[in-house]
Amino acid sequence: MSEQVEHLIRKEYAAGFHTAIDTDTLPPGLNEDVVRFISAKKNEPEWLLEWRLQAFRAWLEMDEPNWAQLNYKAPDYQSISYFSSPKSMEDRPQSLDEVDPKLLETYEKLGIPLHEQEMLAGVAMDVVFDSVSVVTTFREKLSEAGVIFCSISEAVEKYPALVQKHLGSVVPQKDNYFAALNSAVFSDGSFVYIPKGVRCPMELSTYFRINEQNTGQFERTLIVAEEGSHVSYLEGCTAPMRDENQLHAAVVELVANDNAEIKYSTVQNWYPGDEDGKGGIYNFVTKRGVCHTRAKISWTQVETGSAVTWKYPSCVLRGDHSVGEFYSVALTNNYQQADTGTKMIHIGKNTRSTIISKGISAGKSQNTYRGLVRMNPGADGARNYTQCDSLLIGDRCGAHTFPYIESKNPSAVIEHEATTSKVSDDQMFLCQQRGLDPEKAVSMIVNGFCREVFKELPMEFAVEAGKLLEVSLEGSVG
Amino acid sequence: MLRIENLCARVEEKEILKGLNLHVKPGEVHAIMGPNGAGKSTLGSVLAGREAFEVTAGSVAFQGKDLLDLDVEARAHLGLFLAFQYPVEIPGVSNMEFLKSSVDAVRKARGKSDLSSVEFMKLAREASKKVKLDQAFLKRGVNEGFSGGEKKRNEILQMMLLEPSLCILDETDSGLDIDALQTVADGVNAMRSPDRSFVVVTHYQRLLDYIVPDYVHVLAGGKIVKSGDKSLAKELEAKGYSWLDGEVA
Repeated sequence: MSEQVEHLIRKEYAAGFHTAIDTDTLPPGLNEDVVRFISAKKNEPEWLLEWRLQAFRAWLEMDEPNWAQLNYKAPDYQSISYFSSPKSMEDRPQSLDEVDPKLLETYEKLGIPLHEQEMLAGVAMDVVFDSVSVVTTFREKLSEAGVIFCSISEAVEKYPALVQKHLGSVVPQKDNYFAALNSAVFSDGSFVYIPKGVRCPMELSTYFRINEQNTGQFERTLIVAEEGSHVSYLEGCTAPMRDENQLHAAVVELVANDNAEIKYSTVQNWYPGDEDGKGGIYNFVTKRGVCHTRAKISWTQVETGSAVTWKYPSCVLRGDHSVGEFYSVALTNNYQQADTGTKMIHIGKNTRSTIISKGISAGKSQNTYRGLVRMNPGADGARNYTQCDSLLIGDRCGAHTFPYIESKNPSAVIEHEATTSKVSDDQMFLCQQRGLDPEKAVSMIVNGFCREVFKELPMEFAVEAGKLLEVSLEGSVG
Repeated sequence: MLRIENLCARVEEKEILKGLNLHVKPGEVHAIMGPNGAGKSTLGSVLAGREAFEVTAGSVAFQGKDLLDLDVEARAHLGLFLAFQYPVEIPGVSNMEFLKSSVDAVRKARGKSDLSSVEFMKLAREASKKVKLDQAFLKRGVNEGFSGGEKKRNEILQMMLLEPSLCILDETDSGLDIDALQTVADGVNAMRSPDRSFVVVTHYQRLLDYIVPDYVHVLAGGKIVKSGDKSLAKELEAKGYSWLDGEVA
């Protein structure tokens, strides 16, 4: 069986290619001038420059966190370039026809034909290519509903009051090392605003892609859902093959006001490094949402890429009766390392949270779930249910679970279940005896293991996620 | 159909099969009986190609091909089906999805066109009716939370859909009550045809009242020590296996 695993694990990264486009790239290095350059390049108001500089100064005083179950060489922050934008994009294209054909080609290779997506899926795309938003579709349809969906740079220009009010309100500049770095140098990202009582008429989707060598990506996403509104947002990522490690430190902030609901789904497939553990993306992400009264935030993530993942999408359940959910599939193969989980902070009364985490380890990878459930003194009647399942493929990988539980309210109820299992020889034998090849068999078993999470994904992406798992697993049986 | 010559196999360091011979012609039903630890289940596993079993000597020809040279799935494609004694669960994978994938894979290997979902559903419903498995089971995870009897009926359901040419039933009767036994036997009997053969491995004569074999073999000490027609099974039932001790040695 192990030979089959080897073979499966050795398939090459399907999305590995590089598009040659001239870029306006800052030389490597980080200092206050770089922060000022980025801010000036984007015509930002004075308050935002100040905000960035505060973050930068705070970052200088901070240490890179080392508590995670991760073993990697810390990036050299001075060897990274902190700004790049495709040159041909100096003038924003008004339609897809005006987009650099090479860019479009890139998307085609990734299986994201914009034309088709426009027509068939009804998905509005805010495509981030390196650090600058290239094209935004379906803007009109959304604006009819009063929904704002644009790049954060554009939002700073057009809706400065909204941005100023909410930026950093959930993840403060000094929250942590990577959030501080992001706050200082964030290049672009998405901004979503759903007005009171509006149900966003379509799924909002952003594809991120890292393209420039040595260019750190520092996306900043801000989603604000006003009272009684509803939005479903999907981000998907894939990056070209590369030898050097690339740093990614994104920040996502969600604000769900009273009775609002935000569903945030992620399919992440960045270059994980080769079979010897060389290269791959370093992914240090801070994602957090705050729920006001009876609001709900649901995080769903399918994490298959990156060499190193450090990511804990969290919910601050501030309002009474608010709900937080976290559904996660994290798959690691070869030498990948993932330390991921969530934090559910129960502040309001009768708040509820659900955590379903599925970790799959293959090859020589290490996969860690790390989660915090905190019941504050005021969280009367709060409830949490956590289910944490690990699946091992082969005998050279590791699965770890670190659940932190803090209950300061005697009426709060916390349930935690955890299992660890292996893809068994018996299961493989059954599948193969019924005519399935080993690759299909593993993929089917793993997909079954992840079912509870996949059913939380928007329909059109659930299939994609299944396929992604299949590709990522190539080279793993036990 | 199947020609086993001097088959020897071991698990880890333990020799289990020690020179087994068996010839099965198309349309025949062979019963393999024998005491515990005789190697009955090993036979099925070796034929199906389970990795833990190492063939140390002998040959197996199936449909004119060297069976031992083929991968597990290639043997399945060629028409070999093993109904498991202890069917394993695959949580989260719906029975329907599993069956469809299996049937697709096998049909593809046999050069047949894909069945549409509608065609497949129809076949699956018919088959589940035959084995008296409620259609709700098609939507449940493979064997997930099934009772012993339900698992066995699910095996027969898979057998019906995959249309194998050689069916090996590994103690399919174990843990079945009389009604379930009847259902399973009805399913098997309905599949009997001039070009399909069966090797029925069982510990008890009881199953052979329902699935009447053409030949009965006694497997003891890793080889066939006695062969006969169905009356041999009755004799074994009456006398036990100990009277064969001399032949084992």
